[in-house]
Amino acid sequence: MSDLPPIPPDDEDEFGVVKKFCYVNRKAPYGTVYALESLEMVLIAAAFDQDVSVVFMDDGVYQIKSEQAPEAAGMKNFSKTYRALEGYDVEKLYVSKESMEERGLTTDDFLVDVEVLDHAALSALMAEQEVVITS
Amino acid sequence: MKFGVLVNEGPFTHQCSDSAYQFTKAALEKGHEIFRVFFYYDGVNNANKLAEPPSDDRNLTANWSALAEEHGVDLVVCVAAALRRGLNDDILAPGFRISGLGQLIEAGIQADRLVTFGD
Repeated sequence: MSDLPPIPPDDEDEFGVVKKFCYVNRKAPYGTVYALESLEMVLIAAAFDQDVSVVFMDDGVYQIKSEQAPEAAGMKNFSKTYRALEGYDVEKLYVSKESMEERGLTTDDFLVDVEVLDHAALSALMAEQEVVITS
Repeated sequence: MKFGVLVNEGPFTHQCSDSAYQFTKAALEKGHEIFRVFFYYDGVNNANKLAEPPSDDRNLTANWSALAEEHGVDLVVCVAAALRRGLNDDILAPGFRISGLGQLIEAGIQADRLVTFGD
């Protein structure tokens, strides 16, 4: 996947501090650019060896829906990049139980393995984080 | 306290940049430190020096530039987001600089709080 940023060698790990970064994705994958550019922020945080979590809630749950086909609408299909997150050691992926169920989805509909949490559990997860970036 | 500020929307369509500017200015006046202001998504458009709002309206780009001039605030524009939107060094307003997303991660690490302004 040529459009992914390279994983930097160890000598570029210049910050030397690991913080808990949580990205909260709340918007559909297409229609606005938020999902695509949020994913770029996730990859960079991982490239700098931060402790990254990603939450999908509201229409953001559609970002990891399998079988996306936006090409017909002239949009780039970046959904496979979510599968590449594992290669960046981004393995803490969470889905809002309420958002998933409201949309008639199950974990079988997602193209990556996720942990399903209700809003109380997501709230507790976010409270543990040091940096939360919502988009 | 040491703050990082993330600005995710451009000027005028959303109040985001106004709120971020007012927050940054107020924090500085209260003696807090602003480690960096990072411009992402359409927020990069805040750095376009070609903007010419009507004279009776506020000029957000000029306001940000003045903050950099007066307080030495580090205003960083994401290069990938900027290039997508046609913003480069040729039209970059004074006080802004273009750099990578790693600068946002550094702000998250170095600041006590990273405050996001968006839609």
